[in-house]
Amino acid sequence: MSEVWLTIAVLSVGTVLIKSTGPLALGGRQPGERTFAVVSLFAPALLAALVVYETLSDGHDGVTVDARVIGVAVAVIALLARAPLAAVVLGAAAATAVARAAGV
Amino acid sequence: MSDSARTVPDEHSDLRDGIRAGLPFAVPTLAVGITFGVLAEPVMGEIAPIVMSIVVFAGAAQFASLSVLAAAGGAGAAILAGLLMNARFLPMGFAIAPSLRGRPLKRAAQGQAVVDASFAIARRRDGRFDRGILLGATIPQATGWIGGTAIGVFAGSVLSDPEKLGIDAIFPAFYLAILWEEGATRQGLAVAIAGGAITLSLMSYVPAGLAVIAAALAALIGLRRS
Repeated sequence: MSEVWLTIAVLSVGTVLIKSTGPLALGGRQPGERTFAVVSLFAPALLAALVVYETLSDGHDGVTVDARVIGVAVAVIALLARAPLAAVVLGAAAATAVARAAGV
Repeated sequence: MSDSARTVPDEHSDLRDGIRAGLPFAVPTLAVGITFGVLAEPVMGEIAPIVMSIVVFAGAAQFASLSVLAAAGGAGAAILAGLLMNARFLPMGFAIAPSLRGRPLKRAAQGQAVVDASFAIARRRDGRFDRGILLGATIPQATGWIGGTAIGVFAGSVLSDPEKLGIDAIFPAFYLAILWEEGATRQGLAVAIAGGAITLSLMSYVPAGLAVIAAALAALIGLRRS
């Protein structure tokens, strides 16, 4: 088996196992109060992590500051102005595109 | 903040509502899928990237594995990079689990529908998840991701660079918009700030996937009595 197919096979099985663990361990019954207090906060923690990662990742394992930062800053302004979701994400994309065209 | 992706507290929406809620994000996902197809084709050939997008179905992990394979880093390192990136689905799985019903195998199957976008869209204000939105929103995500990969593999060279259109800024802006509502509670705000700070401070030193999942530690703030 080539390295490519080996990667695809193991990664797909591993991903299924990762995604199955929580639903198998916790589903079907009410978790305890303290458990729920923690797992219900995984969402804000991981969403914040994704905002940081998607804004600053250099595509490998490092940090880079580029035009995406301007796009996300525009998103913050749009959110402060209570703009609708579509305006927030499209404004971010447009600001990033303009910044790139300007050579940022 | 738009309320279109949110639903009433105790009812679960049906699949169609989920598909509708996820539809707007099929477009940026398609664009990122095209990017993956374009970058993967010289490294993996024509068929493997499309199969990968079907069976692995996780953008960030596929990019992480691809960049290792492209640098001739070997299958072991490529698998590790991908698995680390997907490790965030472990805490996400625990987060959605209380909202799933049925036998263990059915719950595990439903758990496969968790991707970043569906996880973000399906979350309710009370900390639970809308099952119909979670499952439904994944359908346009899959269509965009797999279709985009195929377009990128076969026709990528004739398309312009999606980065020129700022497509890559859509996802952080979207997650930020979802996160914005968390700021309404002191606890949600504290967890978001701590989570973001953990990822930011680790990103330069550890693999990106590890920096992302480490943010889940911020949820331990929930153990403090308010």
